[in-house]
Amino acid sequence: MSLIAADHICVRYDANEVLHDVSLEIAAGEIVTILGPNGSGKSTLLRALLGIVPVAEGQIRRQAGLRIGYVPQKLTIDRTMPISVRRFLSLPNRVTDVAAAAALDRVGMTGHGHVQMTALSGGQLQRVLLARALLGNPQVLMLDEPTQGLDQQGEAAFYRLIEEVRSATGAAVLMISHDLHVVMAASDRVICLNGHICCEGTPRVVSNAPEYRALFGLGTQGALALYRHEHDHEHPVDEGHVHHHDHHHHQGHDHEHDHAG
Amino acid sequence: MLDDFLVRAGLAAVGLSLATGPLGAFVIWRRMAYFGDATAHAAVLGVALALATDLPIGLGTLVVALAMAVTIAGLSARGWAMDTTLGVLAHSALAFGLVAVSFFPAVRTDLSSYLFGDILAVSRAELGLVWLGALAVLALLAWRWQALLTSTLSEDLAHAAGIRPDRERLVLVIALALVVAVALKIVGALLIAAMLIIPAAAARGFARTPEAMAGLAVAIGALSGLGGLGLSLWQDTPTGPSIIVVAAGLFAAASLRRQR
Repeated sequence: MSLIAADHICVRYDANEVLHDVSLEIAAGEIVTILGPNGSGKSTLLRALLGIVPVAEGQIRRQAGLRIGYVPQKLTIDRTMPISVRRFLSLPNRVTDVAAAAALDRVGMTGHGHVQMTALSGGQLQRVLLARALLGNPQVLMLDEPTQGLDQQGEAAFYRLIEEVRSATGAAVLMISHDLHVVMAASDRVICLNGHICCEGTPRVVSNAPEYRALFGLGTQGALALYRHEHDHEHPVDEGHVHHHDHHHHQGHDHEHDHAG
Repeated sequence: MLDDFLVRAGLAAVGLSLATGPLGAFVIWRRMAYFGDATAHAAVLGVALALATDLPIGLGTLVVALAMAVTIAGLSARGWAMDTTLGVLAHSALAFGLVAVSFFPAVRTDLSSYLFGDILAVSRAELGLVWLGALAVLALLAWRWQALLTSTLSEDLAHAAGIRPDRERLVLVIALALVVAVALKIVGALLIAAMLIIPAAAARGFARTPEAMAGLAVAIGALSGLGGLGLSLWQDTPTGPSIIVVAAGLFAAASLRRQR
């Protein structure tokens, strides 16, 4: 039984079709990443699942009473509004001081409750947004490019945090990302989007799919190879077709031109 | 005690600031200053409508202010260029109102009381309406407070939490129309928006939470009302503008204190 599912949805802005015939399901406890170039409809897909943008065709099914924690791509707080981190955590549902402190602890922001939201750095703001999302005890976390504006270390730390949260709470995670190799390491399943779903599957399968390579070209292959290399060492007992894929990769540079072109 | 016109005027000013404090904070946070102006200016048209139909002035202003506010909210939701639209609507409403009112010679002589208020002439019944209206606004805002704050911060966050931002916007629109109807007698159509914005802006620098800003804005608004009343008695100046003069003075003092 999936927590949330999109069933052949289309989303249009005026006459412009942004998403065409997209279907996906999120099951409890899995980490799913949506990858795609700019303008591929990643954010729109997330917003459709949240009910922010209406779907023109198809439907979205949610488990009754599903609790969703949403971390938006960015949050610009008008400087005219004074609001502390602690007060922000109590929106829209008030939480106790104990719960708020625990949520800040979990995201590594211990003792920041009194700080004004407008004084936070980009990485701190992302952590506070995540803390707020966690306070709703969500069954699904939805994150829209959560590591934008973080440096590489910050990125890696943030994905480790997501992984920790998943194992501690059992929440499913659906996130959008553009930084490929980190996401690959942190995801159970990757969905490659470009207006429609080009390909999907485990990170390993997707990174070898011709559709994926066509979309992201050659540039990312190095990073993926690097990741895969490390990953194989960490988990030597992986599924059988690893070698097949690696084999493809090592002598695959010539072929890639076909796919990318 | 209520027999004294000064006591009634003071109570009216304090009552009004109960509503303008928190509502003014939202007007600032959501950058609705011009919106407030347009709605308030429409009140003059409401006066003319009330006179033409023999309705109470308060009801006429309430209806027209509400119609104006709903129209603007609808246009903004459809993505009109708000700066231009509001500029057109605010000043047209005022001009149409002034022209319409001029058809009633009895009012013509008394026009300044609608433009600048006539707080010293507040009757017991009007005082009751001011407090009733202000408490209604306060109750409405308190009831929707968490949802209003969330959708003011981010409509997406509100949506994701099951809040409908368009409904919350409507709550503010209704509150604004109520405040306009209540404030017309006190500060007048031209200065209602000032009563919303200036106390809340003065409160901003001293607050660390939204609630503190709203509460401080109430206090500064009440102080301005009483101070303006005093200034008006002492120097024989028009009361509505005097209230705003004191509020502006408090704002300037607050800004200076913050910069030190």
